[in-house]
Amino acid sequence: MSGSTLLKETGPREVFCGLTSIVWLHRRMPDAFFLVVGSRTCAHLIQSAAGVMIFAEPRFGTAILEERDLAGLADAHEELDRVVKNLLKRRPEIRTLFLVGSCPSEVIKIDLSRAAERLNSQFNGQVTVLNYSGSGIETTFTQGEDGALKALVPLLPSSKEEQLLLVGTLANPVEDRLKTIFKRLGIQKIESFPPRQSTQLPSIGPGTKVLLVQPYLTDTARELKNRGAEILQAPFPLGIDGSRLWIEAAANAFKVNQSLVESTLSPLILRAKKALKPYAEKLSGKKLFLLPESQLEIPLARFLNNECGMELIEVGVPYLNREMMQSELELLPDSTRIVEGQHVEKQLDRVRDSNPDLVVCGMGLANPLEAEGISTKWSIEMVFSPIHGIDQASDLAELFARPLHRHNILNPKTLETA
Amino acid sequence: MELTLWTYEGPPHIGAMRIASSMKGVHYVLHAPQGDTYADLLFTMIERRGTRPPVTYTTFQARDLGGDTAELVKGHIHEAVERFKPEALLVGESCTAELIQDQPGSLAKGLGLDLPIVGLELPAYSKKENWGAAETLYQLVRGLLKDIPQETLKQSKTSWKDEGRRPRVNLLGPSLLGFRCRDDVLEIQKILGEHGIDINVIAPLGASPADITRLPKADVNICLYPEIAESTCIWLERNFNIPFTKTIPIGVKATHEFLDELHELLGLELSSSINQNNQSKLPWYSKSVDSNYLTGKRVFIFGDGTHVLAAARIAKEELGFEVVGMGTYSREMARKVRSAAKEHEIEALITNDYLEVEEAIKESAPELVLGTQMERHSAKRLGIPCAVISTPMHVQDVPARYSPQMGWEGANVIFDDWVHPLMMGLEEHLIGMFRHDFEFTDGHQSHLGHLGGHSSTNEVSSQNAPIQELSNKIDSQKALHWTKEGESELAKIPFFVRGKVRRNTEIYAREAGCTEINGETLLDAKAHFAK
Ligand code: SF4
Ligand code: SF4
Repeated sequence: MSGSTLLKETGPREVFCGLTSIVWLHRRMPDAFFLVVGSRTCAHLIQSAAGVMIFAEPRFGTAILEERDLAGLADAHEELDRVVKNLLKRRPEIRTLFLVGSCPSEVIKIDLSRAAERLNSQFNGQVTVLNYSGSGIETTFTQGEDGALKALVPLLPSSKEEQLLLVGTLANPVEDRLKTIFKRLGIQKIESFPPRQSTQLPSIGPGTKVLLVQPYLTDTARELKNRGAEILQAPFPLGIDGSRLWIEAAANAFKVNQSLVESTLSPLILRAKKALKPYAEKLSGKKLFLLPESQLEIPLARFLNNECGMELIEVGVPYLNREMMQSELELLPDSTRIVEGQHVEKQLDRVRDSNPDLVVCGMGLANPLEAEGISTKWSIEMVFSPIHGIDQASDLAELFARPLHRHNILNPKTLETA
Repeated sequence: MELTLWTYEGPPHIGAMRIASSMKGVHYVLHAPQGDTYADLLFTMIERRGTRPPVTYTTFQARDLGGDTAELVKGHIHEAVERFKPEALLVGESCTAELIQDQPGSLAKGLGLDLPIVGLELPAYSKKENWGAAETLYQLVRGLLKDIPQETLKQSKTSWKDEGRRPRVNLLGPSLLGFRCRDDVLEIQKILGEHGIDINVIAPLGASPADITRLPKADVNICLYPEIAESTCIWLERNFNIPFTKTIPIGVKATHEFLDELHELLGLELSSSINQNNQSKLPWYSKSVDSNYLTGKRVFIFGDGTHVLAAARIAKEELGFEVVGMGTYSREMARKVRSAAKEHEIEALITNDYLEVEEAIKESAPELVLGTQMERHSAKRLGIPCAVISTPMHVQDVPARYSPQMGWEGANVIFDDWVHPLMMGLEEHLIGMFRHDFEFTDGHQSHLGHLGGHSSTNEVSSQNAPIQELSNKIDSQKALHWTKEGESELAKIPFFVRGKVRRNTEIYAREAGCTEINGETLLDAKAHFAK
């Protein structure tokens, strides 16, 4: 392992629960519906996050537990069947229904996986019913996607065919772009998971080589491996270096001629470096502090340090899977301070003490820190932006340069005070 | 279990957070799982506050459930008191913590802390946000005032005269995540100032526990938001003999009545030097000939009790709309909303089921929906113009500009906001006359600055899809057939009233016993329903 310092912290946390993954998954797979089994809190969470969009047809909802359910007066499974039936009556076009577990449903131990099985046999053919947990007690933010994808894995058809599988949510144009590049390398069959339609699942088997697009897919990766796929070791495709190594990992696995890789990637890299330069100049030497949120923090820190010259004060992660992060950790500068877990108050004390130029944090903290005069980049934007691949490196850097740039526009230094 | 696509209110602990965050010097320790801190965003993003809410969450995880969660709570209480040094502490649970029953309120009281502690019991599986806010405010006020000797503070109607000072009132109810509370307070405060009435305490918004202890010094309580403050006002009346106002000053007429009521309670003469009638511009705007076309516009109203009651009155008496549907999700206000609906000869819809509200909108086929953020979804689906009058709301309803709903300026804001989504008069006429334009197509609203609404284009191409659905439903009771000629006569009806005309024609046809509808039937029906 590299020379980073790995620390652990416990205490109050300021993170989203896994339910939040619904906010992007419902757009990736518009034929799916996400039904949370939980409380009014869970319903309120999702609508506060996504309700600013106006929906003619909602794609998520909550079966809110009532007192009768808690007192055991109503049979949870009968209740759930009734709710699901009503829902499907209103929305017959739904193809995949995710029953999403929450803290309340887990604390009172409603067996949603059994419910999913039962409903599946009832609606055989019309709709597939699946289950995963998005509860706060079990999952943090992007881990919800890990759960959803893991639930889909058993449905993937088996095949021994040689193929490359890109796993983790990608923006559509990025997905297309990456596929084009792999095709140029002569890799014939490239699929992505999750697909754009929940019914068009890619196949899986011994011929499948998996590139993880996102760092938060621990369980999904394990399940894919159990289905015979090979998980390629690589850093994540953020920035020029990360993306190059990521693409090369597939090229090696598919035994692509080294010079073809070189001739395909070098023009992209050259162009990307040019595009990155103005942002890197803005970011270079600036002190960066990342709070835990999505597990994207380590690859982001690696990119912002190695390619944009930022100085890393602290890299917070909600969860650290050392094995999966191995390639990333090796690229981090020695003695990087990595903190797994959180005590948000103490961490904020460290933020204030270290006087960073930019803090990557959640939206619960962003405006309060701005009001204290500390520039912030709210972190969830990274899961809503097309940031993967060599061509996106400058866009990714721009996300971080923007708040600094904005600060300069709004507070122009006059000659006198400069 | 209750299938909920959109919820009109959050859980009750959000209400408690609203009280804590609105105030100063109050801290709230909330026993809650990791993840429930999403609620901070309501304040930092929707209310755009530059401070963190004064809330310490215990954020337990699954692995903590095996251990001692009660110890976890105690630790967080100690830390919070130590770090934030509040004047008073609220302690409560979220929905998940309620299931594991650690009794954090009593735990806190057993810690020997030297500050007032209010343990909150907010049943998350039966109550909701506004109830939680009302209960928290009530418990906090009670907790801070119960030791104050009542005799010394007892006010009489005229004590301000006896003491030779201006009368002073409390403004109770305004809070963060309330609808336009920030500016309502300013507007009411300004109006009261003009009438020589001082403000004693505004709470919870901006008040500290020390301010709360000064509540009994007021001559009258002004209950601006009954959903939040009614229980507190009743308690203050009972214990300190302070009367409170019942009229909510939203709308020109209601503001007049509110002032009358308040002066009566204070035993104060209404100042004759203030010209009561020209304070708001709404009356003249609404009277001016340009507003003629607003007459009889069919409007559906939904939201919290207070804003719905106010809106219905303004719609009918001040703007000349016809109220064709009204309802509320505030069960506590059901009685009042029901009786108000009677005056409009309709039945009130009391529900928190978004689908039921959508169905009711569809049935009454209004030309304008005045509702919450949720009604914007239904209105989009049905292609009906919509304005937001009540919470739940989103960030666009916490605007930078001065935007009260109450008082004189509030009525000005209301006039602009409610009329804006409607098609402007000239355009409405021209679309009624010439239907073959390539730019100003059916359902298009050019003042909204886009090329035909998404909804409007759908509406045209799919031939009134939602209304079609509705008529299908009616059709199934008894087959009704629209002839081609009947359909084309219907297409001549201006966009926004077309749904209504289709419905009426079908009702008429059914009554008259005809199964086929042609152009004549439509005209017959029009004559039949003409008032
Ligand atoms: S943290 Fe738990 S209770 Fe809270 S919204 Fe998420 S799943 Fe629901
Ligand atoms: S797009 Fe235009 S017509 Fe459609 S709802 Fe929005 S404002 Fe109204």
